[in-house]
Amino acid sequence: MRKIWLIAATLTLVAPGTIAFAADDAAAVKTEDGKYFDKEGNPTYKVGADGTVDWYTYSGYRRYHSECHVCHGPDGMGSTYAPALQDSLKTMSYGDFVSVVASGRQSGNSVMPALGDNPNVACYMDDLYVYLRARAHDAVGRVRPAKKEDKPEAYTETEKSCMGAK
Amino acid sequence: MRKVLSAACLGAMATFVVGVAYANEELIKMSQNPKDWVQPAGDYANTRYSKLNQINASNVGKLQVAWTFSTGVLRGHEGGPLVIGNMMYVHTPFPNKVYALDLSQDNKIVWKYEPKQDPNVIPVMCCDTVNRGVAYGDGKIFLHQADTTLVALDAKTGQVQWSVKNGDPGKGATGTSSPLVVKDKVLIGISGGEFGVQCHVTAYDLKSGKQVWRAFSEGPDDQIMVDPVKTTELGKPVGKDSSIKTWQGDQWKIGGGCTWGWLSYDPSLNMVYYGSGNPSTWNPKQRPGDNKWSMTVFARNPDTGMANWVYQMTPHDEWDYDGVNEMILSDQNVNGQERKLLTHFDRNGLAYTMDRATGELLVAEKYDPKVNWTTGVDMNKSSPTYGRPKVVDQYSTEKGGEDKNTKGICPAALGTKDQQPAAYSPDTQLFYVPTNHVCMDYEPFKVSYTAGQPYVGATLSMYPPQGETHMGNFIAWDNKTGKIVWSNKEPFSVWSGALATAGGVVFYGTLEGYLKAVDAKTGKELYKFKTPSGIIGNVNTYEQGGRQYVAVLSGVGGWAGIGLAAGLTDPTAGLGAVGGYAALSNYTALGGTLTVFALPQ
Repeated sequence: MRKIWLIAATLTLVAPGTIAFAADDAAAVKTEDGKYFDKEGNPTYKVGADGTVDWYTYSGYRRYHSECHVCHGPDGMGSTYAPALQDSLKTMSYGDFVSVVASGRQSGNSVMPALGDNPNVACYMDDLYVYLRARAHDAVGRVRPAKKEDKPEAYTETEKSCMGAK
Repeated sequence: MRKVLSAACLGAMATFVVGVAYANEELIKMSQNPKDWVQPAGDYANTRYSKLNQINASNVGKLQVAWTFSTGVLRGHEGGPLVIGNMMYVHTPFPNKVYALDLSQDNKIVWKYEPKQDPNVIPVMCCDTVNRGVAYGDGKIFLHQADTTLVALDAKTGQVQWSVKNGDPGKGATGTSSPLVVKDKVLIGISGGEFGVQCHVTAYDLKSGKQVWRAFSEGPDDQIMVDPVKTTELGKPVGKDSSIKTWQGDQWKIGGGCTWGWLSYDPSLNMVYYGSGNPSTWNPKQRPGDNKWSMTVFARNPDTGMANWVYQMTPHDEWDYDGVNEMILSDQNVNGQERKLLTHFDRNGLAYTMDRATGELLVAEKYDPKVNWTTGVDMNKSSPTYGRPKVVDQYSTEKGGEDKNTKGICPAALGTKDQQPAAYSPDTQLFYVPTNHVCMDYEPFKVSYTAGQPYVGATLSMYPPQGETHMGNFIAWDNKTGKIVWSNKEPFSVWSGALATAGGVVFYGTLEGYLKAVDAKTGKELYKFKTPSGIIGNVNTYEQGGRQYVAVLSGVGGWAGIGLAAGLTDPTAGLGAVGGYAALSNYTALGGTLTVFALPQ
């Protein structure tokens, strides 16, 4: 039943002619040190039956609302001048996401800055992707996730070395 | 030789002094003519009050739209136009166009200025690409561009007279504020508190654009232009190294304290007044100490830049309560004594009444009863914590610490009031204040500084106070008693500057786009009209051809456009807020338009 619903959702989400990174592709098939991956090997979210989110989703929520929301609006909903990422991530691939965040892009007076040199963003790229992917698939709502998995030990070490490098 | 030189110097001095007197008196005289609106706030005192009374409480209900003008720009339109004689000067957000319209010739465009700016400045601006308007002085229109360029345009032709770069957008400095012309100088602040800029107010020579002085908000005494003995806080000398000893290490170099609000000036005391913004980062744990002089009211000598007095309202900020809101200057009788007062509605939810000559604190009271982070300011002059707000532990993000979400703090980071300026009517002796009625959760965490990159360090979510559904109030305030006289609920934050008039009418705009007129005494709504977009601009008034006009820019955006365009956190899942409130996008869409009102002929 669940599978049928997901396929239906996929069909509505995908615009004609675009390559789909569809909702059902986001399912976590593998986990490593508290990080979840889909069948393509891209980072993804994991929301438990009781609403407990994986650490990356939670961390992404936090970093998003520090670094991104002043342009992209609360909860990925967009603002009067920047796109709603909860919609963008419905069609944007992991690779494109990382590339745009790191290198930026410009279209006339609409400018996404390059954030690759900003450790507050660059060290949390996967966190942001996972959180926004969860928002795009409506796996987490508009509020702070109430329950989360513990911060994985490996994560703490990576974070330290990444943030400490600056 | 020496003597000859001195004589030459004296000669130069004499010319200089004449020039000083002229520019100053010109503006004072012009601002006394109620037919014009020569300064962003109407006058040096920032009262936003007009003596015009053709439109009054009994006829304002008949108001009609007289004419409109599209700015051709879609983003948030803060500030408002100037009116000088037949000319009106309308500014826009980035790309910061300026239009000069001839009001006597069917509002024809006489000239238009559009600077070339690197669009990479856009994402360095914290909260939309707003601009709060141009200033006039000495036949020139002064524009503070997004890229921090201060440009002087010939008021008649729009030709560039001079331009100067006030900061480095590559390091996060941007321009959003309106300049103030004082004597032979033009004063300007700077934005970038979310990018770790060491912010300042700078004075440029009116004629040449040459920098005369620059006073930082934090740093060594020479940089902050404070005299350890002569500069006082609450009557006491601030002492040596008053700023750097309240910071750990070199944090002050990326300390914020930005100056993007309004400047006011008292010619009789020869003092300019303004406030400084939040210390950087938003994570209080990363900057132990009082972080002086962020969150501070400054009184400075405009000639030298030296500070007369300072008062830090929110030592060691833990909530992003920038102190940049306008300082409104009024002369009022307090307990039988004529006092020169300064009234300031701070982001932190407290309204301060001070003696503007001495910096003495007279009143500090909450202007929204929901303010909960403090129980109030210690007013006991013999107390060691005199003048400091008493912080409630439950709402202290410093006490909560990093990675802890502190809930239910009122007001939210956008403050009980942001930059949207209040008005003061000498007729009623009341202040008319557009306010936000929003609370927040705030979680600070460690961040790393990279020049030109956001340097925030906290996550927050905002929602109306528990049990309430409206997010704004428009209030009348008595600054002598520190009490609300009347209060009108608004569904959204009131993000528009108010106008008070001798007609007994007060005007303001709403985020849905209404221009509203209310009775100055009672707050009773007398008129409303829905303009093409949400209003975050400031209302003004002028007279042309014997007819009084009321003008306002609409064009939703700004910080309000970020948080409210999508609606705030779902109230049913939030902090138990009752009922729902729809997103602002259900009421209005983008678009910059000037709407001008008058009575039918």
